[in-house]
Amino acid sequence: MWRVARLAERRVETPTAQTLVLDVPGWPGHLPGQHVDLRLTAEDGYQAARSYSLAGPADGEQIEVTVQRVPDGEVSPYLTDTYAEGDPIEVRGPVGGWFVWRTDETAPVLLVGGGSGVVPLMAMIRARRAAGSRTPFRLVYSVRTPDDVIYADELRRRARDDQGLDVAYVYTRAAPDGWRGEPHRIGLADVNSHGWPPDLEPLCYVCGPTGFVETVADLLVGLGHPTRRVRTERFGPTG
Amino acid sequence: MGIVSPGFQGRPRSSASDLPPGQYLTEDFPVLSAGPTPRVPLDTWEFVLTSETGAEYRWSWDEMTGLPQDTPTVDLHCVTRWSKLGTTWQGVSLDTLLDGVDTTARYALAHSYGGYTTNLPLDDLRGGRAWVVHTYDGGPLPAEHGGPARLLVPHLYLWKSAKWVHGIRLLVDDRPGFWETAGYHDYGDPWREQRYQGD
Ligand SMILES: Cc1cc2nc3c(=O)[nH]c(=O)nc-3n(C[C@H](O)[C@H](O)[C@H](O)COP(=O)(O)OP(=O)(O)OC[C@H]3O[C@@H](n4cnc5c(N)ncnc54)[C@H](O)[C@@H]3O)c2cc1C
Repeated sequence: MWRVARLAERRVETPTAQTLVLDVPGWPGHLPGQHVDLRLTAEDGYQAARSYSLAGPADGEQIEVTVQRVPDGEVSPYLTDTYAEGDPIEVRGPVGGWFVWRTDETAPVLLVGGGSGVVPLMAMIRARRAAGSRTPFRLVYSVRTPDDVIYADELRRRARDDQGLDVAYVYTRAAPDGWRGEPHRIGLADVNSHGWPPDLEPLCYVCGPTGFVETVADLLVGLGHPTRRVRTERFGPTG
Repeated sequence: MGIVSPGFQGRPRSSASDLPPGQYLTEDFPVLSAGPTPRVPLDTWEFVLTSETGAEYRWSWDEMTGLPQDTPTVDLHCVTRWSKLGTTWQGVSLDTLLDGVDTTARYALAHSYGGYTTNLPLDDLRGGRAWVVHTYDGGPLPAEHGGPARLLVPHLYLWKSAKWVHGIRLLVDDRPGFWETAGYHDYGDPWREQRYQGD
């Protein structure tokens, strides 16, 4: 069932990513990690739809998505550049029942995100906070440069204030001053030193571009995590 | 027609009449799955057909690749809206595997190394419309695309073409699989846009 939503608010997260807050009358609620399909219709009837993760926990009839502008993309540049407050868009969802975290889970959680793959992971971090959960969380966030960190201020604040949440970054192109190490693609050492050992039986959530997810999931399995405890969400095509 | 979003034009379109509704064309081969990619060594790989009475029919890798082979060229339609046309495969028709299996079951549940399952009507595996494939585009099927072998049922959305297929259980009563339990459609016909439950 497609619902008509309208843009209530837009927040700039980075030079290329924005959060859209949508009013969705009749929204039934969702779990952190689920996504929606957004559908656009042109004057001539042509339609295009894409999936976007829900960025926050359920909050009445408002939902948030964070869209990373893909150069030459059909849908994401429209959402970041053209779509205006009050304009209608169609929304379907929530979708997905596997890549979700429930606030009553107590096993330690490892979140590994690449680029906009941090979005559903942030929904989990926010849900944890909203529920007052004390489940230990670790986020490993791989990003090109410090300017590309989505939710940078909030992550800094939460890493300080939300007890039991650790945040580590991996920079692939340029690291900030004072960061130890050289820019590099995520590897075994990153996952090993910022993750949880398998004997603590963590739940692992990996999200990002296909190649990133493939790499990290293989590393986790190689480290001894049972495949059933490694959940993945792959954003889009192989690059 | 849906609600028009002001200013949205979409990409310049050529005639894409061979695409099911809501699909767009892709040239590369995206990957979609729920967990890590299983790696299954060929010397322990097997395919197991289990009838509704529990009778088992097993094929090792050598036995499977020793059966008569088909080379279907088919279009793929993923529920996440990409379609890829004219892909070429090699594998064994389910007609060949089901030949000699004594069954009155009407449903099938495919299961994979890694635990994934998906359900289909048994009739949809018959009539030259479904294969267990091990070769893609002339080479061994890469693990991220379901190698060493996957199911290929191109007339349904791609999640029905179980990757890393391990076997098929024949059932008298339909039973939803992994994505179907998570809200996806039981049948999944791309031409009728059966994406989610209720479509
Ligand atoms: C379950 C799910 C959840 C998702 N959640 C989010 C989210 O929270 N935020 C978000 O920004 N995106 C998310 N995506 C990706 C999103 O659905 C679109 O694929 C993306 O916005 C690009 O769409 P487009 O129409 O702009 O580009 P398209 O016109 O589809 O593609 C244009 C070009 O960009 C390439 N491309 C497409 N997608 C990507 C990508 N993700 N990264 C790099 N290159 C790409 C294509 O190969 C093509 O060459 C999610 C995808 C899935 C499957």
